Amino acid sequence: MKINKYILIILAMICSFNSGIYAATQKTLEKANNDSGDVSSLQRGARNFMNYCSGCHSAEYIRYDVIGEDLGITQSQLKKYLMFNAQQSFDTINTSMEMEDAAGWFGQAPPDLSLMARAKSTDYVYTFLKSFYIDSSSPTGVDNSILAGTSMPNVLWELQGHQEYINDESGSGRLEIAIPGKMSEEDFNSFLRDTVNFLEYISEPIKNERQALGVKVLIFLAFFLVLAYLLKKEIWKEVK
Amino acid sequence: MMKDKKQNENSGKILSWIDARFPYSETMREHITEYYASKNFNIWYVFGVLAMVVLVIQLLTGIFLTMNYKPSSAEAFSSVEYIMRDVEWGWLIRYMHSTGASFFFVVVYLHMFRAMLYGSYKKPRELIWIIGMLIFIVLMAEAFAGYLLPWGQMSYWGAQVIISIFGAIPFVGEALVEIIRGDYSISDITLNRFFALHVIALPLALIALIFVHIVALHEVGSNNPDGIEIKDHKNEDGIPVDGVAFHPYHTSKDLVAIIAFLMIFSVVVFFAPDMGGYFLEYANFEKANPSATPEHIAPVWYFTPYYAILRAVPDKLGGAIAMGLSVLLPLFLPWLDRSKVKSIRYRGWIYKTSLSLFVISFISLGVLGVLPADGIYVSMARFFGILYFAFFLLMPYYSAIDKTKPVPSRVT
Repeated sequence: MKINKYILIILAMICSFNSGIYAATQKTLEKANNDSGDVSSLQRGARNFMNYCSGCHSAEYIRYDVIGEDLGITQSQLKKYLMFNAQQSFDTINTSMEMEDAAGWFGQAPPDLSLMARAKSTDYVYTFLKSFYIDSSSPTGVDNSILAGTSMPNVLWELQGHQEYINDESGSGRLEIAIPGKMSEEDFNSFLRDTVNFLEYISEPIKNERQALGVKVLIFLAFFLVLAYLLKKEIWKEVK
Repeated sequence: MMKDKKQNENSGKILSWIDARFPYSETMREHITEYYASKNFNIWYVFGVLAMVVLVIQLLTGIFLTMNYKPSSAEAFSSVEYIMRDVEWGWLIRYMHSTGASFFFVVVYLHMFRAMLYGSYKKPRELIWIIGMLIFIVLMAEAFAGYLLPWGQMSYWGAQVIISIFGAIPFVGEALVEIIRGDYSISDITLNRFFALHVIALPLALIALIFVHIVALHEVGSNNPDGIEIKDHKNEDGIPVDGVAFHPYHTSKDLVAIIAFLMIFSVVVFFAPDMGGYFLEYANFEKANPSATPEHIAPVWYFTPYYAILRAVPDKLGGAIAMGLSVLLPLFLPWLDRSKVKSIRYRGWIYKTSLSLFVISFISLGVLGVLPADGIYVSMARFFGILYFAFFLLMPYYSAIDKTKPVPSRVT
């Protein structure tokens, strides 16, 4: 059928569009390979975020009770394990640090992380977090090969250890662990994957529900399409 | 039975009461049940009604967005996130509106291309085409004003780049830019006036123009893939023999197209609302920051062909003129086209080749408008830009010498 052919072409165009563009960086990023449907990964990510990120970074658009509901965390668990800095479960994630002070200490206020994974891509955040290396000329003692001159210190050094920047003869540098941390490389990568997964979740908490609803909408429309097509056929029967 | 009859009588009474005061039945007959359009419409003829569907989607979702959106530079960005997260079904309303914006251009571009395929702009439909072009220009302004409202990085810097184009105009340019912005840079004031334009002024203009577009269409009647006037062959009742009534024939056909369209629309809304950064640009998930220019500023995809032409010209004023011309040139198609026939079905190889080259150059310019303007990309944009202009400017010559095939008297 002719119409089917056009629909197929349009669908193919949509799929090819989805290859994605992020203008942020030309540097090759490592794949985060996070799974937004993995609830236990998201729960671990929430724990990682509250313990390692929320001291400095806010996530001002996400509420604790939304996290609780979506990730299957009870009110009492929320209060005990995640709400270090909040009174009410409907509060959003704020830091106790004054942003003006932070700007003075770090040169720049730590950005809000509500939408970071969406703005920069999960791969970017994932690669960024594992690309710190020792640089004694920097005030934080580290620099980052993805975002040179970053004001962020290497918060995860205790887990990852310290990396050194090795200059290859070919000119392309690489990072190597100089002082090992508490975690193996594999464990650290999965720690980051969980964290990035959580960041992606808070950037669009509705994502899973949206896709589930989409399936129902398409089934309804497909049914409706058949009826409409039969109606059209019936009405056009007499037209020669 | 008795009850039914009585009801019919009553509704008949109400109808005649209305008809004595307002031409209800007459309008329904003239424009719906006894408006005849060719029976051989193909898929290219659904994009007009689809544009109407998208318009309705945009108006309805727009009303609900306006209920929750805050047009101020301090609150705009977070009010969009509030809609996305806290407003009941806000995410769906917002995604439908943002996806609708892109789909508006998809269907309007295809609708315009249909007119080029079948010569729908030619006599006696020149005015329909001109009004349509005005709709297209207002739509571009509407989309541009709307894009500033989320107050993300790309909203801000995209507007900065596009508004500054007006600064290239000699003598009055800088003053004009200040009038548009209402300030010395894009600010809260700009946001407020763009909001007013986006929700009141431009939609009103759009609806008025669409109304006139359809009135003009119904005056002369729709074209068809053969480019034949169906009114030339009428039966004894004065009904075109190759025509079928808009309702129920074309309405039932359109319904199929509308549902098929809604399925494609839903695939994007529910599964890829940012379309890999083309429908919602990723940098727009960062709040507008006047002190940090993004590394790469690209307009949304539907403006990129014109943007590529702007950047292809080394001179700022020259680029602005070339871009303006590239938008306006199609307006003159009814007079640029000297062919004796309307439809591509009966045109010769020259027009077919030219139209193919035009499509290739338009899409290529669109792709180049997304890419950074350096190296080979600039040369390519120049090449395809020249092809784009040549299609219009050389048309009086090649369309006149192109050999045509005999046109049948009845639709095929």
